[in-house]
Amino acid sequence: MDTLIYLIQCTLPVAVPLLLAALGGMFSERSGVVNIALEGIMLFGAFLGTLTVFFLQDGGISAQVLLLVGMVAAAVAGAVYSLLLAVAAVSLKANQTIAGTALNMLVPAVMLLVCKTLFDSDGIATDVYFFIPEVPVLAEIPVIGELFFTKTYATVYLGLVLLVLSTILLYKTRFGLRLRACGEHPQAAASVGINVYRMRYAGVVISGILGGTGGFFYAVGVMNGNSNGYTGVAGFGFLALAVMIFGQWQPVKILIASLMFAFFRTVAYSTSIIPILSSIPVDNSYYKMLPYIVTIIVLIFTSRTGRAPKARGVVYDKGKR
Amino acid sequence: MPEQNRIQKIRNHPGSASFLATILAIFSGLLLGFLIMLLAGPSAAGNGILVVLTGGIPVALNAAKQLGQIFYQAVPVLLTGLSVGFVFKLGLFNIGVAGQYTMGLFFAMYAAFSFPLPSGVHWVVCLLAGMLGGALWGTLTGLLKAWRGVNEVIAAIMLNYIGMYLVDMWVQGNTAMYEASRARTKYIPASAQLPSLGISGSNLNIGIFLAIGAAVLLWIVLNKTVFGYELRATGLNPDAAVYAGMNSRRNILVTMLIGGALAGLGGACTILAPAVIPGSSVTYEPINVIAQAGFHGIAAALLGGANPLGIIFSAIFISLIRRGGSAAALYGYRLEIIDIVIAVVIYCASFSLLIRELTEKIGQKRTGAGAERSEMTKKHRTRKESGMTDRGKKEGGDTAWIR
Repeated sequence: MDTLIYLIQCTLPVAVPLLLAALGGMFSERSGVVNIALEGIMLFGAFLGTLTVFFLQDGGISAQVLLLVGMVAAAVAGAVYSLLLAVAAVSLKANQTIAGTALNMLVPAVMLLVCKTLFDSDGIATDVYFFIPEVPVLAEIPVIGELFFTKTYATVYLGLVLLVLSTILLYKTRFGLRLRACGEHPQAAASVGINVYRMRYAGVVISGILGGTGGFFYAVGVMNGNSNGYTGVAGFGFLALAVMIFGQWQPVKILIASLMFAFFRTVAYSTSIIPILSSIPVDNSYYKMLPYIVTIIVLIFTSRTGRAPKARGVVYDKGKR
Repeated sequence: MPEQNRIQKIRNHPGSASFLATILAIFSGLLLGFLIMLLAGPSAAGNGILVVLTGGIPVALNAAKQLGQIFYQAVPVLLTGLSVGFVFKLGLFNIGVAGQYTMGLFFAMYAAFSFPLPSGVHWVVCLLAGMLGGALWGTLTGLLKAWRGVNEVIAAIMLNYIGMYLVDMWVQGNTAMYEASRARTKYIPASAQLPSLGISGSNLNIGIFLAIGAAVLLWIVLNKTVFGYELRATGLNPDAAVYAGMNSRRNILVTMLIGGALAGLGGACTILAPAVIPGSSVTYEPINVIAQAGFHGIAAALLGGANPLGIIFSAIFISLIRRGGSAAALYGYRLEIIDIVIAVVIYCASFSLLIRELTEKIGQKRTGAGAERSEMTKKHRTRKESGMTDRGKKEGGDTAWIR
C-alpha cells in the first residue's frame, strides 16, 4: 500500500509536463498545424525558466513565488520560440515536420553553447527547494490528503488550473470554436470571415505557452529544479504527441492518457522498491523502454480509428475549395 | 537566338531553382554562425568562419589527415542522408535513421566479435550484418505504417529510443564486446576492420567508395527502374498511384527496408573503420544518447534536394563544416556553433522546398519544363478525373509527406 501511495505521489509531477505539452499539441493541431517542435519548445521553456530562477534565487524570494516567476518566463520563451514554427508553417508554407525537426535540433545547441560559455557546464543547476513536503490544512484530509497534498510540487495544481482553462478556451469560447473550424475545414472557416492565418498563429503560440510551461515543470518536478542540454526533456515532447493522439485531441482524455504514461514511467524508474518487480530478474533497460513501447502499442490500436482534425498538417491555400 | 533559349532553359530547369534555394539556406545558416562568432569573440570571427568553411585544412598540422577525416566522417552522413532522401521520394519522413544507424552499428559489432572469420571475408560479413540490422529496424517502422497506418514520424521517434536502450543494454551485457572498466566496447578485431586507404593518421577507408557507389545505385533505381518510377509517383500523389494499381503497402515496406539498410551500413562503416594506431580501433560508448549522425543525414538529404547525387556533395559539405567547427576551437569557438548552423540550414531548407515548387510550377506553365512531372501526373490524371476518387484532390504533391 505504501508503495502504491509512493507511486501515485511520484506520478503526478511527471504527468503534468506531459499533460501541458499534449494540450499544447492539441491547440496547434486543432488549428491545423502539426507541432513536432514540442520537444524543442519544452526544452527552451525549461532552459529559460531555470535560467530566470538561477539569477533570482539569491534575492530572498520564496521558492513557490520563484516557481511562478520561472513559469511566466518559460511561457513567454515557449510562445516566442513557437513563433518560429508559426512563421515557417503558416506564412511560408513550409513542411511542418521538417521545420519542427530543425527547431528541435536548434534548442540543445543554443542551450549547450550558452551554458558552456557562461557556466562551463552542460546545463543549469539551481539551489531552490521547490518540493512541498506537506500542504498546510489540506494534508490532514484522510487518504486524499496523503495522496495529493504531501510530498508534491506546486506544478501539479498549476497544471490542473491550466487544464481547466484550456478546456474552457477550446469548448466554451467563440475563439475555441473558430480555432477548431480552422483545423477541420479552413476554407469553410474563411468563407464566414475567419482569418485562418491568424487563428493558426494563435493555435501555435498557445501550444508554445503550454509547451514552454510544461518544459519548466519538467525541470522542476522531474529534474529537481535543474535542466541539461544533453538529456533535454528525454523525449517528453514526442511522448506528448502520442498522449495527444491517444487522448483523441480532447482535454479530459488527454489528462487520462498522460496519467497513464506517467505511471508507466514512474514504475519503470522505481522498480527497485516495488517488491514484485524487483524480484523478477529483468534488465532495468526494459522498464526504461516501457513508455515508448506502450506508445507504439497504443498507436497500433488508435491510428486507424483516430479522430484527428481533418486539415491537420495541410498547408492552407486560400484558392482551394 | 539559341543563346537566350539556353539561358531560359537553365533558368526554368527545376534543378536550378532547387540549387538556388539550397544556397540561400546554407548562406542563412552560415551568416548566423558568423554573427554568433562575432558576439562570442569579435577579433577572431573572420578567421573562425574561414576555418569552418575550409574544414580546418589550412590550420591543421597534417593537411592530408584532416582531408582524410573529412571524407571518413562524411560516410555516415552520406549514407543516412541517402536513407532520408530515398524514403522522402515515397512521401515519408524517415526520422528513424538514428535508430537504424545504431542498430546497424550494433549488428556489425556483433558480427565482428562473435564470428571468427578469416580476414578478407570478415569485414564483408560485418558490413552485411550492419545492413541487416538497419533494415530490420527500418522495416519495423514501415510495417507499422503499412499495416496499421501508424504515423511514421512518431513511430520512428519511439523506435529511436527503444533501439538506443536495446543496443546499450546488449552491449553492456556482452562480455566478448564490452569492457566494463573502460565503459566502452573493446577494440574491433583487425580482420573485421575495413581496408584503409592508407592516409597516415586518418581512419579513411573504402567506406567512402561504398557510400558513393550506393548513391549512384540509388539514382539508377530511382530514375531507371519501374520500382523507382512507382516510388516517385506515390510521393507525388499517393491516391493516384494506388488507383493506377501500384501496391502502396509493398512499396512502403521495400522503401523502408532499403532506407534502413543504408542507415545501417552507415553505422557499420563508422564502427568498422581501420585503426589509426595499430592494435586499437574505433569504440562505442553506451551512454543512452541518440546518435547524432541521423540528424546530420536529414540535413544532407534536404540540402541535396533528396537527389542521391546531390546528397554526395551536401554530405561532404556537412562533414567539412563540422571538422572546421572542431578546428575553430583554435580561436576559442565551440562546436555547438556548427550544430546551430546546421539546424538553421534545415529550418530554411524546410520552406525553400516551397520556393522550388513554386518556381517549378511557373516554369512548367511557361515553357513546359518540368516535363517529367507533368508527364507523370498526366498518366494518372485521366483516371482520377473520372470521379472515381476524390480523396486525393486536396492533398497532392508536397502536402502528402507531411502526414
